[in-house]
Amino acid sequence: MIPAEFKYLFPSTVDEAVRMLAEEGEDAKVIAGGQSLVPVLRMRLAAPTALIDIGGLTELTGVRDDGDSLLIGAMTTHYEVQRDHLVQDHALLLKLVTDTIADPQIRHRGTFGGSLCHADPAGDLLAPVLALDAVMIIAGPSGRREVPASEFFVDYFTTALGPDEILLDVRVPKYTGWSAHYEKLNRVAQAWSIVAVAAAVQVRDGTVSAARVGLTNVGSGPVRAVDVEAALVGQPASAEVISEAALRASSGDGYKDNLARVLTGRALTAAVAG
Amino acid sequence: MHISVNVDGVTYADEVEPRLLLVHYLRERLSKTGTVVGCDTGNCGACTVHLDGHSVKSCQMLAVQANGHDVTTIEGLARDGKLHPVQEAFHSNHALQCGFCTPGMIMQAIDLLADESDPDDETVRKGLEGNLCRCTGYQNIVRAVQDAAQRMKPGAGPDQERHSDEHVTAKQPVGGE
Amino acid sequence: MTATAEPEVGKARLRKEDARLITGQTRWTDNIQLTGMLHMAVLRSPVAHARITNIDVSRATAMPGVALVLTGEDFAAEQGSLPCAWPITEDMKSPPAPAMAVDRVNFAGEAVALVIADSAYHAADALEAIDVDYEDLPVVLDLEEALRDNDLVHPDLGTNKCATWIFDSAEAGAGTNVEDEIAAADVVIERTFRQQRLIPAFMEPRSVVVDSTAGMFTVWSATQIPHILRWMLSAVTGIPEHRLRVIAPDVGGGFGGKLQVTPEELLCLLVARRMGRPVKWTETRTESMLSAHHGRDQLQKITLAARRDGTVTGLKVELLADMGAYLRLVTPGVPILGAFMFNAIYKFAAYRFECTNVFTNKVPTDAYRGAGRPEATFAIERMMDELAVELGIEPMKIREMNWIKHEEFPFTTVAGLTYDSGNYEAATARAMELFGYDELREEQARRRASGDVKQLGIGISTYTEMCGLAPSRVLGALRYGAGGWETASIRMLPTGKVEVITGTSPHGQGHETVWSQIVADRLGVPFEDVEVLHGDTATSHKGMDSYGSRSLAVGGTALVYAADKVLAKARTLAAHMMECDEADVEFASGSFSVRGTSTARTLGDVVLAAHVAHDLPEGMEPGMDADATFDPDNFSYPHGTHLCATEVDTETGMVKIVRYVAVDDVGTVVNPLIVDGQVHGGLAQGIAQALYEEATHDEMGTLTSATFADYLVPCAADLPAFLTDRTATPATSNPLGAKGVGEAGTIASTPAVVNSVLDAVRHLGVRDIEMPMSPERVWTALRGREDSGAGEVAAGGLGSIDAQGGQS
Repeated sequence: MIPAEFKYLFPSTVDEAVRMLAEEGEDAKVIAGGQSLVPVLRMRLAAPTALIDIGGLTELTGVRDDGDSLLIGAMTTHYEVQRDHLVQDHALLLKLVTDTIADPQIRHRGTFGGSLCHADPAGDLLAPVLALDAVMIIAGPSGRREVPASEFFVDYFTTALGPDEILLDVRVPKYTGWSAHYEKLNRVAQAWSIVAVAAAVQVRDGTVSAARVGLTNVGSGPVRAVDVEAALVGQPASAEVISEAALRASSGDGYKDNLARVLTGRALTAAVAG
Repeated sequence: MHISVNVDGVTYADEVEPRLLLVHYLRERLSKTGTVVGCDTGNCGACTVHLDGHSVKSCQMLAVQANGHDVTTIEGLARDGKLHPVQEAFHSNHALQCGFCTPGMIMQAIDLLADESDPDDETVRKGLEGNLCRCTGYQNIVRAVQDAAQRMKPGAGPDQERHSDEHVTAKQPVGGE
Repeated sequence: MTATAEPEVGKARLRKEDARLITGQTRWTDNIQLTGMLHMAVLRSPVAHARITNIDVSRATAMPGVALVLTGEDFAAEQGSLPCAWPITEDMKSPPAPAMAVDRVNFAGEAVALVIADSAYHAADALEAIDVDYEDLPVVLDLEEALRDNDLVHPDLGTNKCATWIFDSAEAGAGTNVEDEIAAADVVIERTFRQQRLIPAFMEPRSVVVDSTAGMFTVWSATQIPHILRWMLSAVTGIPEHRLRVIAPDVGGGFGGKLQVTPEELLCLLVARRMGRPVKWTETRTESMLSAHHGRDQLQKITLAARRDGTVTGLKVELLADMGAYLRLVTPGVPILGAFMFNAIYKFAAYRFECTNVFTNKVPTDAYRGAGRPEATFAIERMMDELAVELGIEPMKIREMNWIKHEEFPFTTVAGLTYDSGNYEAATARAMELFGYDELREEQARRRASGDVKQLGIGISTYTEMCGLAPSRVLGALRYGAGGWETASIRMLPTGKVEVITGTSPHGQGHETVWSQIVADRLGVPFEDVEVLHGDTATSHKGMDSYGSRSLAVGGTALVYAADKVLAKARTLAAHMMECDEADVEFASGSFSVRGTSTARTLGDVVLAAHVAHDLPEGMEPGMDADATFDPDNFSYPHGTHLCATEVDTETGMVKIVRYVAVDDVGTVVNPLIVDGQVHGGLAQGIAQALYEEATHDEMGTLTSATFADYLVPCAADLPAFLTDRTATPATSNPLGAKGVGEAGTIASTPAVVNSVLDAVRHLGVRDIEMPMSPERVWTALRGREDSGAGEVAAGGLGSIDAQGGQS
């Protein structure tokens, strides 16, 4: 399949990119790694008039230490995230989730920011980014603004990003020493998750001192399992506590509700053990 | 738009439409028909090439995104008439039948071995999860990749110097258009 | 000429084909570039059933690079009807099958217009500018609903029933009356199984290039059947057959999916004739899903009668088979290929098979790996497990009680076939040993006792199949439109090298290698000295192509006979050259000698003498070439025992295969490497039917699995390592002793997996789970819900693809 025609722009600075977006109007689209966008273009499910390729904005690539947080550049590839020592040490959950995204070729091109902006509720990065209280740093015509993940994911394939805005970095608080696990159920390795659960826990002296749990593909966007988290904190990191907490991942009767509970239990069990 | 791309050691300079897919650029403009298109959605991996030494799906990239980069295709692996050890291993282990997925499989296997020099069965299978084959049931492909790992080990014989992907993609003297 | 040191037959030769395939020096149809070549793109109907009220091509015609836009109206006078070569009954209803819809569309994906442009990009753009108005008609999707004839796919036919085909053992004199057996039985088991619709999903998308230079039409196509295609294209278009040349260059898989005369092949030819310029069409994956034929899609109602001791007595099979919207090349015959196989390896006294073929508004079905036989094998192997459960008999034991013993061959079955050879005991013993059957049963008991989250199941499939298609007289009796012979030629070149021409048409099977092995052995020439030519009607003018696991058993045999003809003539000439009696000439390792003397001539010497023809015996023609055509007098019957252990996660419904053993008996093996490869690939496809793949439609008839993101072809990480072995009971129906191996793995594996999953959860109250056994279906069944064939929870994916957008 072959994309429809479009204008292609290659800005060399963020400001230039933002200006181009404004000039080209709302039918312009930013292309990062293109691993979600190119298939959409090929299927002609979207036909933007202009593509603004931010592949030249090298300042958006890489993970930086920013004191209490990490700053993950939007153009950092999944492959880079997987191998980044700062991520490994301070946001292990993101590494574990990223290991499961798509396949090696796509991880070489696909970007951290691109996945978040695409906002596919079955996408793996949304739930952990939400659960880890990440903050999106966004550039627009009126300057920079910050949007917490809890406000960023609006609906299916919809974020708080304006048509003339670009995601620059994602600020992720450090979770140094936390253990984590991503439990994902898909029909075949290439398929999106039916449901997946991202869990990070901090265990001190056998007690869960803090927990973060996010659910993938159970709604129109990522879901933070706050009830599960609340049921864990201050409790012993025991099998009983985990199975009791996991029941709170969903109250429904359907298959996905069941998976949310089962996979939450498994994710927490593995995280605590890890 | 004007692009300059090094493909299999030769630098090409071309005017291309922005929407031209990299795989079509390779096949239609450069006659690199060894790289093939098997699907529309980036699932099958038949179009896998290396971009700056890393595997990518060339049907999931615009040719303009390769501007200024190095591309290696299946046609750029053998040198001086000598096959890459992964190519040899695919032959020796009967890791192909119709052969349509083979270029992509080989390119991905080389990438995998660059990261994992001695992969077990599961690591190989996970490393190839972006490539579909309809003929082999993957059994002999997995065997071939593990065999290639042994062939590429330092000290494994005359091919030892060719153990890294980077080496294979190293620049050769360029001519080009 | 040097003699070959060891026999080639049986040797694990590495393939000749690989050299070009591993280096990218390939010859796929889509690689072909011809001067002045135009590109064709096809607009496809987004709706499953509608009247076309208007097509406006004016905008498209004016687009850059567009040479021509054509609709069905433009082709109406010349396109004829695509051929169906298998009218299974005299009264079969067969609607006209236009390559391009003229005034109505009958499935989503049917061609409604095409663009010819200077590039594939421009052709794709112009498709979007064609405006088609559709007036919706009622959509017929469900088989049982279709039978009620409330809404009709083809109103002119007056019914959705295409044909009903019956075999009855009592009527045929092959057995007793099934109703009598059912009435007299201690146990009667009745089950209904659904064979879901599958998509062959060959990796190379179909592609066609037609060059019409100087009144000669050369058609390159990614096809399994260049010879049949040439014949049929000539028949449909009226282009004289000798003006048509069909070439199947490198072809990237087929699995029956490229056993077809496609609308696009015909359209490309018609356009090239009209334009006088070369034309290329290459499909996209979504186009392939939407328009290339699908496979399976049957509802099977099976009734099995048995005695309390486990002896089976009667088998009644009532099938509904979905034809889709049209009858393609062998569409109606596919279920009939299964008619003789439901009784399988078991000694039923009575058997009745009745199949009703039904039209629906879906993509036509046709051959897909196994074609009719996987369906049959699935049903009987599931039923044997059901009987075992019913009677509380170990499932392997109940099979053993009922199967044909090795000393009973040749055995004429209740379906009227004569199985020439087999040894089910030997294959089963080997499989049980490799599998560790008893240990796994113990492990299963432990997990059941402890209520393990992951329950273990063991599934058995002791299958046979009929292949080596086929005896021409049998095909004739089944009303198939062609023969089942195969042909081979050997050209002995003056330098002693050998060219082999075969009528088979490989697309991954490795005929170049295996045919070289056969000839090398037979003629005593080096393997490397043999070149195999195929897939071009100009070099190989005659053949019946490759499908139905026929190439070796039929085409390989033709080759053996051609080699024997070469040797017979060479022997006569050698005697003449050595001035001895022909009866005293011995041939070994490529050399003729006079018995008891040192006088000898190599085959090369003799061939050269025949070529220069200076001194030939009286009446002998120069040259040493030979042709042979072989028509088998029976099918061949591979068999084997497959054992599958699965782990079923009772909390999520996820199934994981933890051990898979396949012991196959495919007769004499020429190249074990290639045979193993065929088994591996076959297993993957059969397992995929059990667990992953399904062509799904929404209620409007839109295919909702039209991409590889939605149609789940398993990758390496989804499949286990297989443990394979063989027993070898030679076929007696051909001199090679070969039975065929292309389809065996697919035929055998699906029931092994399904039986295994059910075995894991049956004690939890599960009776059946529909294929593919998705985690949701397994979980739903475990929850005791009635409908274990429940619709899938959306799991991401690209979902429904707009057919109209599915181009370029």
